[in-house]
Amino acid sequence: MTYFLQQVVSGLAAGGAYASLALALVLIYSAMGLVNFAQGEFAMFATFIAWSLMVSLHVPYGIAFVLAVVLAMVGAAVIERAIVRPFERGPQLSVVIVTLALLAIVNGSAGFIWGYVPKPFPTPFPQSPVVIAGVYISIQDIGVIAVSILVLGLMYLLFNHTKLGLAMRTAALYPDSARLLGVSVGGMLAIGWGLASGVGAVSGILLAPSLFLEPNMMQQVVIYAFAAAVLGGIDSPIGAVVGGLLLGVLLALIGAYIPVLADLRLAVALLLIVVTLVLRPSGLFGQVHTRRV
Amino acid sequence: MALLELDKVTAEYGPIKALHGITLKVEQGEIVALLGANGAGKTTTLRAISGSVARGGSVRFDGRSMAGVAVHEAAQRGIGHVPEGRGTLVQLSVWDNLRMGAYTRRDGRQVEKDYDVVFDYFPILRTRRQQAAGSLSGGEQQMLAIARALMARPKLLLLDEPSLGLAPLLVKSIFQIVRSINRNESVAVLLVEQNAALALNVAHRAYLLETGRVVTEGQASDMARDESIRRAYLGY
Amino acid sequence: MTARRVRPRLDLVAFGVVLAAAALGAPFLVPGYLTLELSYGLIFSIAILGLNILTGYTGQITLGHGAFIAIGAYAAAIAQQKLGINYLATIPIAGLACGLVGFAVGIPALRLEGIYLALATFALAIAAPTLLKKPEAITGGVKGIILPPVTSPTDLLTDDQFFYGLCLVTTVLLFVLAWNILRGRTGRAFRAIRDGDLAAVSFGINLASYKTLAFALSAGLAGLAGALYGIATGFVSADAYPFQLSILLVVGGVLGGIATLEGAIIGGFFVEFLPVISQQALGTINKQLANAAPTVTQGIVLILIMFVARQGVAGLVRTGYHGARALLVRQPVKVAAEQTGPL
Repeated sequence: MTYFLQQVVSGLAAGGAYASLALALVLIYSAMGLVNFAQGEFAMFATFIAWSLMVSLHVPYGIAFVLAVVLAMVGAAVIERAIVRPFERGPQLSVVIVTLALLAIVNGSAGFIWGYVPKPFPTPFPQSPVVIAGVYISIQDIGVIAVSILVLGLMYLLFNHTKLGLAMRTAALYPDSARLLGVSVGGMLAIGWGLASGVGAVSGILLAPSLFLEPNMMQQVVIYAFAAAVLGGIDSPIGAVVGGLLLGVLLALIGAYIPVLADLRLAVALLLIVVTLVLRPSGLFGQVHTRRV
Repeated sequence: MALLELDKVTAEYGPIKALHGITLKVEQGEIVALLGANGAGKTTTLRAISGSVARGGSVRFDGRSMAGVAVHEAAQRGIGHVPEGRGTLVQLSVWDNLRMGAYTRRDGRQVEKDYDVVFDYFPILRTRRQQAAGSLSGGEQQMLAIARALMARPKLLLLDEPSLGLAPLLVKSIFQIVRSINRNESVAVLLVEQNAALALNVAHRAYLLETGRVVTEGQASDMARDESIRRAYLGY
Repeated sequence: MTARRVRPRLDLVAFGVVLAAAALGAPFLVPGYLTLELSYGLIFSIAILGLNILTGYTGQITLGHGAFIAIGAYAAAIAQQKLGINYLATIPIAGLACGLVGFAVGIPALRLEGIYLALATFALAIAAPTLLKKPEAITGGVKGIILPPVTSPTDLLTDDQFFYGLCLVTTVLLFVLAWNILRGRTGRAFRAIRDGDLAAVSFGINLASYKTLAFALSAGLAGLAGALYGIATGFVSADAYPFQLSILLVVGGVLGGIATLEGAIIGGFFVEFLPVISQQALGTINKQLANAAPTVTQGIVLILIMFVARQGVAGLVRTGYHGARALLVRQPVKVAAEQTGPL
């Protein structure tokens, strides 16, 4: 039982990080109807920036965290405005191709700047476990869960209880009406990309200590995040969070109790994506979209 | 100088030219009706004013040219366009719809008071404020659309077919409210309506459009009495 | 249809002759290692041909094409090593096996459109290497499968030249086959699907069968390419087919012209020579730069193409060629209506 609880806590920690990246994907999907395939690479790049700040410039963890997230937000907004905007009104495949190009550029740039050798990533949490109700729980896991809750909570407040959040939701759902009400839909989109990247950066920084920092580090995480987003409903932010947490716990339990599937967790995620998309495309919380002729 | 001046305005939907040189104006404090049959270009004219359609010619609003001004900026400058179909934000609550109406406002305290002003005009909205806007009836949604536009404290209200699909009694009360808004809040109104009789009843002046051109203009009372217009558009 | 005398287009014939001469003469005129690289170029051309059929002609976005190449490579390697089949025969076997897998994948893919399909194939590309390494007994796990090198059966040709000839023959056969399929009813059905699913249905086109057919063809071609690739390298391991390969293939396809046949050849040689040239040009300057350069370059090339010439190099050539002909022949030019495509 205690082992089970430990796995659940670990799973929730990983799940919190998956939920953050899944939220990033869902934000952009809700706003534009498409997926930013470069989201993971943006997160990775931001994580590297945090690393450089801490290791080369000796910036304390908290400040490096915030700076990296802010830089990710600004960078993504600029990229959206300069590179993605011209393609937004065209065929879907065009934007997909552009995000793939961004994936390649960011991935390659990271490789060039920091190299491909995996690096350990500093963590502010002590490594010794803490005992709660007789269960050994790593402080790292608690820390990750706490930060995830904080970030996701902030996003929730932003979207549902601020004027900006309302404007962003309106711009995503009803772009024409939003313009008539004075909302710059393009501006909202840039902000949306910025926020998504910020949240994605959080995901990267939280996972880096366990994954080891290298340019390809987020690729598997992206698949988990996609699985979480699809499971939760690709246009539902709540779904992304619930999906992320569920998936984190599921994968942790599989790793612990079904050893034969342990290194096939990626395949499990893939299967989840395909099965959900084929059987129930709207996921748990999303909305069914009918095709208009 | 008029609040709104259109000079030889053209508009096109791709290869199709919808307006062939519209010249009209709306003075401060006026209600102007834009009449004509289906396809005459009334809706397109409103779209040309708010910038929602590709246009040529000159549009001047509040003394400034509107050339190259994006739709959202036109709204920020004080043009409140209530489009055909109302543009209700269906999944959001009535309350959120109104909040979005006030999006361009910077004066928070006055905005709070204005919610009450708007609810006084449309009491039913106060009752339904937490409901999803999509669950309101057609008439209520029309009221919401006007209320929302009013929250922006526009200088000019562009109303596109407010009577569409509504019961006659409801239409009458909405038009009375429009008249009150025009008088009390000093909002100019450019009103597109198929129901010419009703429109001429509430407007000061009117323009008659035919296939993208202005063919007649004048005081509303004169146009209501004009034989040819009566026959063609009022049906008697 | 009335019979009409088809006047031979001398310009096209001349171009064809020059191309054939170059293709046939190349292995004898260039150094050995370059011949092998040309072979790889042809192999990637075959793979991209498959990609173009699925994405360019039928409008089904696939980001997992590399996975099918890997499957083909493994199928051929297993057939040769475990079943003792002659390596030449393993090539069509791999193509067929992959075609069947593609067909099987195409069935659930019917329920996925646009972005969802891209998502699923993206996930496939990332998961494939891990999945393929798992059944160690069959695929050799991390160690992979080692294959004997290709030897030329005649003294007139070196090993590289012989293999090049094999690839060339295969490529020509496949392209002719593809050309025939695409200009017929199947091709029209594909294009109708790409340009408007629902309209296509109203024309009586059975969406399901054509979509799965497109998947099967695409995968089959990738499988053939994979088989040749494995034979050329002498070694098959899933790590040689990371998801970056799937992206590189898409870049090559778009660069060449995603809705064209000739674009596949341009794309194929781009895929082969970009990393090679990067290594040669930059390897001595900075190892890290040489590793990262192909990836960054792909991305930049792709963005430039999207901004400047979405129809790819082939599209540019066609437009330019039609324009030039119009000037020279002094006739009004019927610009081909096929400047369409999914982009």
